[in-house]
Amino acid sequence: MKLPDSEIAVHNLKHHFADLEQQKATSTFGMWLFLVTEIMFFGGMFAAYLIYRLSYYNAWVAGSQTMEIQLGAINTAVLICSSLTMVMAVHFAKLGNRKMTAICLILTLVLGFGFLGIKAVEYHGHWLHHEVPGPNFHFEHEGNYDPRQVSIFFSLYFAMTGMHAFHMIIGAGLLTWLLIANARGRFSPEYNSPVEMVGLYWHFVDLIWIYLFPLLYLISHHHNG
Amino acid sequence: METASHSTDAKTNYLNADYGIKSWLLTTDHKRIALLYLGSITVFFFLGGFFAMLIRLELLTPAGDLVLADTYNKLFTMHGIVMIFLFLIPSVPAVFGNFLVPMMIGAKDLAFPRLNLASWYIFITGAGFILYAILTGGVDTGWTFYTPYSTTYSNSNVITAALGVFITGFSSIFTGLNIIVTVHRMRAPGLTWRRLPLFIWANYAASVIMVLGTPVLAITIVLVALERLFHLGIFDARLGGDPLLFQHLFWFYSHPAVYIMILPGMGVISEVIACFSRKRVFGYDFIAMSSIAIAVLGFLVWAHHMYVAGISTYAALIFSMLSFFVAIPSAVKVFNWTATLYKGSITFETPMLYVFAFIGLFTIGGLTGVFLAAVGIDLHVTDTYFVVAHFHYVMVGGMVTAFMCALHFWWPKMTGKMYPEGFSKLSAVLVFVGFNLTFFPQFLLGYMGMPRRYHAYPVEFQVLNVLSTAGASILAAGFLMPMIYFVWSLQYGKDAGPSPYRAAGLEWMTASPPPTFNFDETPVVTWEAYNYDEIDAPDQHKGVEVAG
Repeated sequence: MKLPDSEIAVHNLKHHFADLEQQKATSTFGMWLFLVTEIMFFGGMFAAYLIYRLSYYNAWVAGSQTMEIQLGAINTAVLICSSLTMVMAVHFAKLGNRKMTAICLILTLVLGFGFLGIKAVEYHGHWLHHEVPGPNFHFEHEGNYDPRQVSIFFSLYFAMTGMHAFHMIIGAGLLTWLLIANARGRFSPEYNSPVEMVGLYWHFVDLIWIYLFPLLYLISHHHNG
Repeated sequence: METASHSTDAKTNYLNADYGIKSWLLTTDHKRIALLYLGSITVFFFLGGFFAMLIRLELLTPAGDLVLADTYNKLFTMHGIVMIFLFLIPSVPAVFGNFLVPMMIGAKDLAFPRLNLASWYIFITGAGFILYAILTGGVDTGWTFYTPYSTTYSNSNVITAALGVFITGFSSIFTGLNIIVTVHRMRAPGLTWRRLPLFIWANYAASVIMVLGTPVLAITIVLVALERLFHLGIFDARLGGDPLLFQHLFWFYSHPAVYIMILPGMGVISEVIACFSRKRVFGYDFIAMSSIAIAVLGFLVWAHHMYVAGISTYAALIFSMLSFFVAIPSAVKVFNWTATLYKGSITFETPMLYVFAFIGLFTIGGLTGVFLAAVGIDLHVTDTYFVVAHFHYVMVGGMVTAFMCALHFWWPKMTGKMYPEGFSKLSAVLVFVGFNLTFFPQFLLGYMGMPRRYHAYPVEFQVLNVLSTAGASILAAGFLMPMIYFVWSLQYGKDAGPSPYRAAGLEWMTASPPPTFNFDETPVVTWEAYNYDEIDAPDQHKGVEVAG
């Protein structure tokens, strides 16, 4: 069902709102509040990370030094680029430029999958080196710490990056949904808040990674150089 | 008044607007979703009550003769999980919050109707996991899932039950999010923050806790499940982890969750006490702000559950002091309610009886909470029946009483029918007497040193335990009676009319049951909340005008 631009806004106004402005203010507020719950969700793991990092600093350094910094850095760049293409998608949706909106959404999706692919390569590496916590965990240790503490580092590493990756996968689903809706002509300069809401979510997931990268990959690298 | 009752007959309302199972299961009407919640939590309330009765029967005699020790562990665990996560948490917010928040602020629906329906399905899915865990052998960790027992040693269905709790958590996050956004963005013209009913303030404060606290419980449960599956070591001392970390994360949610369970109840009391005193609530601003204060302070007291768990003395002292602070806003409410009664035209309808019960029982529950917040006393009575009695005075004496109060007060609005006055008063008295007989002896037992969570006890404790079990039977009768007369009233109850108590508030200015979009025209509010002076003045019928 293709509607002319002028009718899309009317078509999308839900019955319980007075006007589109109230509807948009409401969904924006709801989305920000949802992101607050997400911060609390990740906050539990950040709290655990902080407590154990303070207690087992040497093990944290040792664990961190097994990370592939190059891959992590590339992934950081990939995600930042995807945030750029996402915000461009929002921009073009507001202009009503369907073609450019689609291109930017596709680019975002491709970069998102690129991130997940690189992450999978890293996970595979950890698997081969017996760095996955559990019965097969094995860590050659030198220095003043217990290898079991490194296992806790890796537990948190997998929990935090895994939960982040899970959010990326949900984001990819949302982007696909936007692409379909955009192709069907559901957005117009007056009505485009779904694109903007998914944009907020995508930036949030990006931001979580911006914290995860230094916390997990870059602990005290000048020590062993 | 006449025109109003005329319009109820002629008009379609949210109950008869559409028929069939699909019109209920796919509804996005907040009032129908509230009824879906009401039906489900009633089932879970009686399931949790069934476990409670088995516990009381076992404790009738000193010997552990009715059930095995293991079975007893599972009974109190499942009583706790079902009552807290499947009844108390959704009780007032998801039923009355859902039904009343849009009506009280003059909106057509909650901000996100589809999210609202989704929250019910999520709730039912989570409940399904919990029921599955119960049917396939139960859980024995206590509702608190303490590590390392839950992660390493327990042989029961920990993961299934924990997953259920995890899932129901999202339903409460979505309900809270919906309420907050609705209050911010959907208020009728003229309805400023300081004109809002106090029920809205209370549910708003509880929603803030749901939104900020529940995600932390969610991630904690994920970590417990991962730990149990893969032996990660995050909470396992043998692997270098710290079991206390679990308790910190768990109580960071679960202590504020106590206020999720009591704040909306306090909102109910503020509405009802004003109505049956025919007075504006005394100290409106103080009651409103005390709700916010409770929500904020509630996040700073969690470690008072951990005095004996091995936290440092200094941490215990600070948490003790912060816990005392919570008593201040709670006392502000109690004093203001009492002051509202002063020189009011008090009548004793059934909801008002529950208000009196609430104020008395909550005060006892709250004050014993102050005892327990004191480190010295807590060391003496921790993990005894004193603690059990304390939180049942708050949870049952407080929240369940407030829930029953709300159910009676707004039943005419929800169904358009009145409940029978005589039977409902009798059941309110039964609940009050039965409750005190059940739980007051437990204060004494706890002070004498009877530990909680054992299925057998020394003979010296038997008399008080028999009293407690007898009280539980009376309490059960008090809860079963409303089941019967509420169902009866659907068919045979008197027609309620739009405003049977002549109460203040926008929800009473529309038909009972309300039309699907609540109001024929969006109301414009020009008065303060609880304008009983104006409603009762002979020449002004502000409340009734709009309904016609």
